[in-house]
Amino acid sequence: MKAGIVSYGIYIPMYRITAREIAKIWGKDPKEIENGLLIKEKSVPGIDEDTVTISVEAARNCIKRVRVDPSEIGAIFVGSESHPYAVKPTATIVGEAIGATPEMTAADYEFACKAGTAGIQTSLGLVNSGMIKYGLAIGADTAQGAPGDPLEYSASAGGAAFLIGSKDKIAEVLDTYSFTTDTPDFWRREGKAYPRHAGRFTGAPAYFKHIISASRGIMERNSIEPKEIDYVVFHQPNGKFPMRAAKLLGFEKEQYLPGIVVTQIGNTYSASSLIGLSAVLDVCNGGEKVLLTSFGSGAGSDSFLLEVTDKIVEIKDKAPKFSEFIRRKKYLSYGEYLKLSGKIKLS
Amino acid sequence: MRKVYVVGVGMTKFGELWERSFRDLFVEAGIRAIEDAGVDGKEIEALYIGNMSAGLLVKQEHVASLIADHSGLASLHIPATRVEGGDASGALALVQGFSSIASGMYDVVVVGGVEKMSDVMAEKASEVLATTLDQEWEAFFGMTYASAYALMAKRHMHEFGTTEEQMALVSVKNHSNGSKNPMAHFRFEVSLEKVLSSPIVSYPIKLLESHAVSDGASALVLCSEKKAKEFESPVEISGIGQASDYIALHDRDNIVSMASTIEASKRAYEMSGVKPEEVDVAEVHDCFTISEIIAIEDLGFFKKGKGGQATEDGDTEIGGKVAINTSGGLKARGHAPGATGIAQVCEIVLQLRGEAEKRQVDNAEIGLTHNLGGSGGTCVVSILRRRR
Repeated sequence: MKAGIVSYGIYIPMYRITAREIAKIWGKDPKEIENGLLIKEKSVPGIDEDTVTISVEAARNCIKRVRVDPSEIGAIFVGSESHPYAVKPTATIVGEAIGATPEMTAADYEFACKAGTAGIQTSLGLVNSGMIKYGLAIGADTAQGAPGDPLEYSASAGGAAFLIGSKDKIAEVLDTYSFTTDTPDFWRREGKAYPRHAGRFTGAPAYFKHIISASRGIMERNSIEPKEIDYVVFHQPNGKFPMRAAKLLGFEKEQYLPGIVVTQIGNTYSASSLIGLSAVLDVCNGGEKVLLTSFGSGAGSDSFLLEVTDKIVEIKDKAPKFSEFIRRKKYLSYGEYLKLSGKIKLS
Repeated sequence: MRKVYVVGVGMTKFGELWERSFRDLFVEAGIRAIEDAGVDGKEIEALYIGNMSAGLLVKQEHVASLIADHSGLASLHIPATRVEGGDASGALALVQGFSSIASGMYDVVVVGGVEKMSDVMAEKASEVLATTLDQEWEAFFGMTYASAYALMAKRHMHEFGTTEEQMALVSVKNHSNGSKNPMAHFRFEVSLEKVLSSPIVSYPIKLLESHAVSDGASALVLCSEKKAKEFESPVEISGIGQASDYIALHDRDNIVSMASTIEASKRAYEMSGVKPEEVDVAEVHDCFTISEIIAIEDLGFFKKGKGGQATEDGDTEIGGKVAINTSGGLKARGHAPGATGIAQVCEIVLQLRGEAEKRQVDNAEIGLTHNLGGSGGTCVVSILRRRR
């Protein structure tokens, strides 16, 4: 495959609320929540932040790392389940903001938490076919969790942008493989403020089945063993799921811990696995292999087998890394959190 | 009254069986029981099915006919009857099957139970289980299946000094047994510390002291003595007793014992001529750890108030005075309400045949099952004997 990753950039809002603060409101034992979900705190969007602004920030950080003229970007795909408009694309606003318009195509994607990786696959196809020079794929969300729902401890905000092209790559895409079924584990109906989920059905038959099948599928197709892979990154709805999936597949702590970001920022939905990949790219060296597997409810997983090039060293310091985003934070009370996330209705 | 024998047992694995529907479950268990017995489908004269809440859980009533049909028995037009008594529904099906043979009406019947719990969310499952309580005077005011047993546990602690550790040890033992049962929902061991530190469901009951919410089905082939001679290792149901009690806790004289268990077991012991101390292995209704402690006292295995201590002393372990819940019980084998009472009989039959593998009780000759409906409004006790 000649198309690969040329650059990456992330954005995480600065506000945080701790699992402890939320648990206190609902009369839950904070320790039980922290140990059960392995989430200490989650990011919360500011009052004037949404999927559009987060996508733009991530895209700017992505472009900042490389000398690419944004007008050469031929396609922008934004994957999210919290696009501010039901009708009117997020991707056009991003395109305008970064100066990629008008000679480009754009579309918004939705596939629960894996719409971002779906955008990467589309971009890979368009670059490989020669239709475009660069494609920009973004996964971003301001995730919704109803007050009192277990999702409230995890649903957070963030975005990640990946520039796909065939020159000056920081990572070769050796292969990509998807595993998709119709599995109704988690959904949000048109016009509803919060998603619904089928409790424990989101585990074994949904997350684990798809993550494991896709990861095994790509490893088998490429005759590669877990021990030949340096880092593995999965979608991260909580801390427990990706660690258990990694162990089930035969990966060790040093392979999966660098890509676990959920413990510090929560589940950023469409950005979750991509921020995990970015955290790994931040610490990677040329020649290392990375397995990325996203998961979107509904349900499906996209796996990518990547080989990082020496180019990574030149670009990783040119935009804020994951570690910088988690240092920059301001804690909210539950009341402030309600206000910022628009949960207080004035009329 | 004619003697009644179990000549075939079959069950599905208990668990969250996402890929299998209500009807798939029963058909699988039924076929296993028929194959285990080696009877021809045409020999089956009647079918009794225990099911608690298919109407609320999978929106299907009229389940006996459905099951007969999907088991391939529709063209035989055999009588098929569903019985319901909360989570004692399975054992009630056993009582019906037993009576129909003992009375001389039939020679071969299939009794079974089935429940599909995982099609609904946890809150709904909890709501459905609470329908086994008094809806108007208990559940309506917020009492749940767990909180009813939590009241019993608190009182038991108060009156007899039963400790949280002793109750937790019931779970430790049942998980250890369940880890050796290939049909169990939870096939792993838990430590005392893990049970005690698990989330509180309703104080003093913790998550790891609560029954599993399982899908599952179980079935038995029962036959008369004349017919039993054709089989290799029939197990006799030498006694069976059923009793009811005030459905709501507040109407009972005390909540540290269950009159339904005491009465049902008295009837079963009398019918069989067996004494509590002669029982080698028993499957009791441990929906919560406190229920096992109350049951082993009410069944006469231990003095009232000493169930916790007996558990702590290891008297209920395999190799102890009386092996309790070798299958893992409702805690680890799982609780698919309609199927539980029959699954208990499956376990005892395997024990008496010497086929319980790693969880086998040495020389088990006499076994007992104890199945409760709700908080004890219904109880069935059966006593099974190996035929010498």
